[in-house]
Order: sequence, then C-alpha cells, then structure tokens
Amino acid sequence: MIRSRFRDFDWMLLGLVIVLSIISVLEIRSATGMTKFHGFQQKQMGFLALGLVGMFISALVDYHRLLGIAYWAYGASLASLLAVRLVGTRVLGARRWINLGGGVHFQPSEWVRLVLILVAARFFWEIIENGRDLSWKDIGKASLLIGLPLLLVLKQPDLGTSLTYLPVLVVGLFLGGIRWRQAAILVAGLALAGGAGLASGKLLKPYQRARLTAFLNPDSDPQASGYQIRQSLIAVGSGGLWGKGANHGTQTQGDFLPIPYTDFIFAAFCEEHGFIGAIGVLLLYFLILMRLIQNAQTAADPPGSLIVMGVAGVLLFQIAVNIGMCVGLMPVAGIPLPLMSYGGSSEIYMFVALGIVMNIRMRRFVN
Amino acid sequence: MDLESIDRKEKLSAAKLHVSQYVVAAVLVVLGCWLWRLQILDANNYRVLAEQNRIRRVPVLAPRGRIFDRYGRLLVDNYPSVTCFLVRDQVKDMEADLPLIASGLHLPLDQIQTTLRHYQYAPKYQPIPLKQDITPDEQAFIAAHRDDLPELETLDEQRRVYPRDGVLAHVLGYVGEVSESDLNDERYAAYEPGDVVGKSGIEESYDDWLRGTDGSRDIVVNSHGKEVGQMGEELAAPGHDLRLTIDLDVQMAAERAMEGKTGAIVAMDPHNGEILAMVSRSAFDPNQFSVKLTSAYWRSLMQDPNHPMMNKAIQAQLAPGSTFKIIMSLAGLQENVAQNMKVMCNGGGVFYGQFHACDKHHGLVDVEHAIPWSCDTFFYTLAEKLGIDAIAKYAQSVGIGEKTGIDLPNEAPGLMPTVLWKEKVMHQPWYPGEVISVGIGQGAVEVTPLQLARALGGIASGGALVRPHLVFPSELSPDELEEIQTEYPGSGNKTIPLSPQNWELITDAMAQTTTPGEFDTAGMDQLAGIDFAGKTGTAQVMSHQALDRTNHGHDTEPNAWFVGMAPRRNPDIVVVVLWEHGVWGEHAARLAAQVIDAYVTEQRERARNLEMRVAVPKLEGQSIGMAGTAPSE
Repeated sequence: MIRSRFRDFDWMLLGLVIVLSIISVLEIRSATGMTKFHGFQQKQMGFLALGLVGMFISALVDYHRLLGIAYWAYGASLASLLAVRLVGTRVLGARRWINLGGGVHFQPSEWVRLVLILVAARFFWEIIENGRDLSWKDIGKASLLIGLPLLLVLKQPDLGTSLTYLPVLVVGLFLGGIRWRQAAILVAGLALAGGAGLASGKLLKPYQRARLTAFLNPDSDPQASGYQIRQSLIAVGSGGLWGKGANHGTQTQGDFLPIPYTDFIFAAFCEEHGFIGAIGVLLLYFLILMRLIQNAQTAADPPGSLIVMGVAGVLLFQIAVNIGMCVGLMPVAGIPLPLMSYGGSSEIYMFVALGIVMNIRMRRFVN
Repeated sequence: MDLESIDRKEKLSAAKLHVSQYVVAAVLVVLGCWLWRLQILDANNYRVLAEQNRIRRVPVLAPRGRIFDRYGRLLVDNYPSVTCFLVRDQVKDMEADLPLIASGLHLPLDQIQTTLRHYQYAPKYQPIPLKQDITPDEQAFIAAHRDDLPELETLDEQRRVYPRDGVLAHVLGYVGEVSESDLNDERYAAYEPGDVVGKSGIEESYDDWLRGTDGSRDIVVNSHGKEVGQMGEELAAPGHDLRLTIDLDVQMAAERAMEGKTGAIVAMDPHNGEILAMVSRSAFDPNQFSVKLTSAYWRSLMQDPNHPMMNKAIQAQLAPGSTFKIIMSLAGLQENVAQNMKVMCNGGGVFYGQFHACDKHHGLVDVEHAIPWSCDTFFYTLAEKLGIDAIAKYAQSVGIGEKTGIDLPNEAPGLMPTVLWKEKVMHQPWYPGEVISVGIGQGAVEVTPLQLARALGGIASGGALVRPHLVFPSELSPDELEEIQTEYPGSGNKTIPLSPQNWELITDAMAQTTTPGEFDTAGMDQLAGIDFAGKTGTAQVMSHQALDRTNHGHDTEPNAWFVGMAPRRNPDIVVVVLWEHGVWGEHAARLAAQVIDAYVTEQRERARNLEMRVAVPKLEGQSIGMAGTAPSE
C-alpha cells in the first residue's frame, strides 16, 4: 500500500527542494564561518533531517483527515498563540517563542500558518461544494478566520509572520470564486483603511515605521534601519556577474550585512555567487512553484488544490517579500526566505507543508 | 453528485490555476530584472561602496628624529605609546556607555563629559582624544570591549622622552599637538589637526627636520571597525636625527652650578659659535608636556615668579653691569681715548653735577688696572669722554641690541640706548648725564647672556664675532640651513676692527681678574693650570633710592654676572653666568670656573683616550693645557 503510494511521490519536487537546501546549508556555512554562529549549518542540517521526517509522516496521513480536524486545530492554534502571549519567551522585545525546555524553542506562528491553509481550504471547499457564489458574508467570515490569528501574531509583535497569513486568504478568495467587483471594492477599502491607519500613525510600531521610512529613503538614517537595506544593496550589487566566491563576500564576512544567515541570506548568496547564482536560485524557486501549481492542477479534489495553492501562495509571497527586501524593492519585514534562511521552525513548517502536497499528489488517482 | 463534483473541480483548476503560473513567472521575472540592474548595471558602483565599507586608511605616524649631544650621547628619544580616541559616529547612545568607558580607562566621568562638550560642535567623524599614553591593561580593556564599545579606537604613537630634572629643557623644548591658531599660520600649512609639532626650543626651530613623513596603512575592517586584514602600506619616513653642539659634560657641570639658583649659563666655542652648554633656571619638565599636560602643572609654571618657561640664556634682558666695561674699553681703545687716560679714583666722582660712587678708593687708575679692578670712576670718565653715540656704535658692532641669530625661537634682542632711541621710543630728549651709568653697564642697557658671550668671546678672539648655534651647519641640508638662517636672523658672523695692541691689553686685563693679588675681583676663582680670564659684573636691579624704600629682600639683591673664557686670547670656550640676585660678580665667577674646569678636564680626558687609541704625536697650540681636540671635531 505504502509502496504503491510512493510511486506517485513527487520525487522531482523533493529533488529541487533538496538542491535548494544544500545551497542553503553551504551559504549558512559561509556566512557564519567567521562569526560566533559558526556551525549553524550543522544545526540547519539537523532541521533539514527533521523536516524530511516530518515530510514523510505528513505525506502518509490522508489530507482529508487533516481537513476533518482543521477546525479543532484552528482552535488549538488560537490557544497556542494566546499561550505565547501569556507564557512566551521574550526575545528582542517580542514574545514569539514557547520554551519547550532543553534549549528547544517552539514558534507556534509558523505552524498556525499550516493550520490556516487547511482551514481556508476546508472553508472554501464547503462553499464550492455548496455550489454557491462567494457572498460578502463569506468574505467576512474568511477574513475573520484568517484575521484573528493574524492580529494575535501582529501583537507579538511579528509583522513579518503575520503578513504571511495574508496570501492564504488571498489565494482562498481567488480560487473560492471572488468576483472582480468584490475584489476591487475589497482592495479599495483596504487601501483606504491602510492609508488612514498609516496617517494616524497607530497602525505600525515605531520600528516598523522606521523600516518603512528607511525603505522609502535609505539614506535618511544610514546607521539604523536604512543601514540594513543599504548594506544589503551593496552586498548584492558588488557581487556582480560571478560573485566574490564562497567565504569571500566582504559584506558578508565583514559583518556589514545584517544577519546574513537568516533574513539576508539571499543578499549574502548574491554577493558570493553573483548574478549567475542568484538567477539559479530564482530558477529553482520557479521550478518548485510551477511543480506545486501542477500538483494543484492534478489534485483529486478542490480541497487538495486549495491546500497546494495555499502552500504555493505563501511560498511565493515569502520569496517576493524577502528577496524584494534584499534588493531594495520591499521594506524590511522580518520574513525569512523559505528553504534558504537558517531556522528550525520555518524549515520544518516548509517540509511538513511540502509533505501535505506530496500527500495530495499521492492521492490524485484515489477517489 | 459525481458529475457535480467533477464540474466543480474543473471550475477550480482550469483558468485560475493557469493564471497563477503567470503570476509566479511575473514576480520572479521582476526580481530577476532588478538583480540584473543591481549586479550587472550598477555592479561597479556597489563594488566601490563595498571597498569603502571595509577598507580604512589609518595613518602610520613617523617617529621624530632623536637628538644627541656633540659626542653622540642620546638626549631625546622616543618610546611607543598608545592613545585612546572616541569615535562618535559609531554609536547612537554614547552617554549610556560613558560610565563603562570611564571605569575602564580610569578617567573621571565628568572629565570625559567635559571633553565631549568641548568637541560637541566638531564634525562627527573627527575622533576625540580621550586618554594618551594608556597602560597595557587599559589597552586590554579596549580590545575586550571591541563589540560593545565600538566607539573606542586606539592609535599607536611615538612619544618623546626628555632628560629628567629639567636638564636642557629650554634648549630642547617640547612637543605638543598643533593648536588651532597654529594651523592658520602659513608656517604650519603642511600640518593637520592632531599632528604633533615642536612647541619650543630645538623641537620648534628644527621641527620640519625632526619630524618625518607619516605613512598610511589600508586595513580591512569589519562592521565593528575591528581590523581583520591589511591591503597596502605606505611606509612612514622617520624624521632626521639631530646632533647638537651641546657637550653633555659641560652642560651637566653648568646644570650643577645653577642648582637651586635662578639665572642662566651659556658656554660657547667662540671660534665657531657652537653652544657647548645652555642652562636656564628655574626650569620645567618637558616630559610633562609629552603626555597631556595637567592644568595644575601648567598653572604652577605660570604662577612661578622665577618664570621657569623662560629661556633666560636668550630671553632675559638685563643690565650687564660691569661686564659692559669690556665693551667700554673696546670703544675707548679703538677711539684712542682710553690709552693715555689716567683717572684719580677717590671712591667716585662728580659728573654732570652729580656724584657717582665707586666701591673702592682705587687711586690713580689707567685702563689696564681699571678693567680688573672694575673701577667705576674710570669708566664714568671714559663714558663722559666718548659720549653715548660712540659707545652705542661699538656696543652695536658687537651685537648689543640685536638678536644673535641663534637657532632657537623667541630670542630677545636686548637694548642699546642711543639719542635717537630715546627720542623715538621714549619720546624724551637724551640727557648727557645718562651716559655715565651706561659706562658701567647700568641705565637703559639691556643684554642677554648669549649676547654677552658672543660679544666678549668675539673681543677675546681679536674681533671675530660668530653666530651662535646649536646644530652643526654642515650636518644640515643647504635648504634647511638657509631656512633656519632666514627664520632666525641676527648679527651673524662678522669681524670688527680691533688692533693687536688693544686686543692684548683687554685680554691680559681680563686674565688679571682671576689672578690672585692686587686685582682679584674674582681672584679666588682661578683654576690651576688653566689660562682663565674673565670679567665680573654686579648689576643693580633697582636704584639706590628705590632700594631704600624696600625691605631689602632677596629679589632686590643685585644680579651677579660673570663672563669667563679660556684661554685668554682666541678662547676655546667662553662662559657667561647670570645669577639672578647672586649679589656679587665673583659668586658668578665661581660658577663659571666650575663649567670651564669641567670642559678642560673633559678635553684632557678625551685627548688622553685619543692618544692611547691612536699613536699620534701630541697636538700643539692648545694653551689651556689640552693636548688635543675631540675626535669628532
């Protein structure tokens, strides 16, 4: 039974992901070699191994069962986010982690995203199954469903992670059948509310506002937020066509580039491997995303497609925001680059999410 | 149900999933294009920025030249030292770091804050010197806090180490950071803020010779400013060493002679103007200026009534007293007035209706006796006969009232009064009676000890006057020599007319001064086996009338002068002693004798060593008993 199912396991997707993970491990090694964080590549390999295990496990459990417990999981997610607020470990001014003991910290917001993908899939599936058009009431419900955890994460405060919940909603609405007129009204309304919020200055924390200002005008404060963007641009730009070579990025090795093993790993990679390397990584992401969409197309039923598209949507959003930040197209948002940035929670999330995609692919002929 | 679900599924997956492929492609293409712009089109700009980020040019300070005495004995050396700077553009909240910095560098917190306030309007990138000459454990503190106190930087420097106890302090001078007012001066055009320059003495006058050319090092730094590598280096060119004409043995004898006194001693070789010793007391400690000068020490120097910062050998302008009688004799003899003059001394005489005293009843006095007896009555009469303008002519011809041109900064010119001077400067007519006190070196006449050494040394050398100097001209580049001579103009080398008979007469008379017997104004100061000549001087610091109104304290006592030389004619050394409030000229003569004794002893010693090393015949012609000259000369 298992054997036959793994015949349909997406080995190609796994191959692409593994290639990217190897690039990630090598770049983490290069970026941390000269710092007190050296050896992080080994931890990342550990996370990778854990992720692969998680992937195979999640590939085995029928995703319909996961959909069945989606609302329960959603409730548990909200509870865990509240728990973070109450007993979370405060790191750098934000409560994002729960200390599990033994030096292991668990960041629920990564897992909540997975639950949201499942919940959204189930929510929009039910609408599709009922065969009715998306009503304003549905849009409101969906927004509440995603918005509630989003606000809890935003309050941690963790703008970056909370923003990654948005594509789940957007993909759901898009595939759930939102009409052009509804979308237009929604976008206009959000723009108005956002503009008003920005104008009143209450929507963003001071550091977030500083990041936004720095993004709009990087030279306004060369030592603070603008510094990170500026150093990232210098790293990427000075890489040139071929890059400076592994361990030879002056921005990365000289500690000018901030956190070159997590949020700015793409800038570090660009500096050391140049335009050629950068295009290679973009190509890998392109193939991964295309493969995901193909899996969505071939899924056995709408919830399968919805789940895969949710995973793809979040992935594309994270790539766009993170790389956009590294090249100065986006403000600093604190979103890691999936499959590249160092970090256990995001790595394991990614692999478990991919496991569910495999799960859906393996069951595409089952009905 | 089945049909429916199939229908729904197709509704979901068809066009919209297709559209999402285009969305993915579009997003990645935008990112790719942007990377093209950054990494291909603008790559060179960013490469330059990356290099600017990590490469920092740090100066490599050139060590100043060392200074030696004439026999190569080290007088001024350098030692490596580290200065701690504060760089303000490294951190945002410096105030919070200050207590830690204060404790680590052992500085009072309020002192750091005062320093910061002082620099608050200076540009942010300008480093603020916090502490100089920091200790190894303070260096360790800075190294250990590289990450949390990135604002602390260190700079390796060379510092001057000078002789202790103020030995040679006024000659050598000291160095310090160039001041803002100096930087506006054209002389300091090549200097930058923070540069160390000579502030006085040789250090000032030969600054451009002693200072080298700073080099630089391109170091690779990380974002904390920590050095992680090196790119290139431009070597620093050390400054030139300088050999002074000072003879440390003679200098030390002079220093010992002046111990506990105030005044000055100058010893010079009248053949060529080489200064053998120069002492001024009281003195300062130049080492205190080498590291940051404490305000307490500066205050104590400024408030000291004995003016320790003043080089009295070239800056004290005082009445020469009876030493001036040699110049009077020169004038009288060359004008053919003094030769046949015989004056009856009854303890003074009346000139221009006023009685002028002499300290003894010398009886009938001629010029040969008047000099060693230092008979005032004789010279009152001579002055009356010559008149002020003739006296001034001869005094000026031996350099009184004009800088000698020694290669030291801030030399004083002294003063030789004339009729014209009185009218122009004092806006008063010249009273003929004034010439009487000028005749004994009082009145408005003012000389520096160095002027006296040059003038009397020159007269004893048959009228050959020299430009005094502290550095051998032959050891300087022609440019440097010319620069020094332009920078420090003066009477220079010249020969005045002096007939052989008059020369013999004056020099023999001076030798009588130190010979026991009837002429012994300084008879007890004779030196066995040395032809020692000289002239004493006891100069009133105020008039007798003024003196009567005071409590006769130490500072109202007369200044004691002595100009000594050996041998009497064409002397190898002339020594001028100024002992402020030393009361009697013979007291000063004793000090001069110590210096000359040390000089002769040393010359004899060196000659003996030379004789032992090289079997050469004894050199002739040294009438003061030396058998040879120094090997290097």
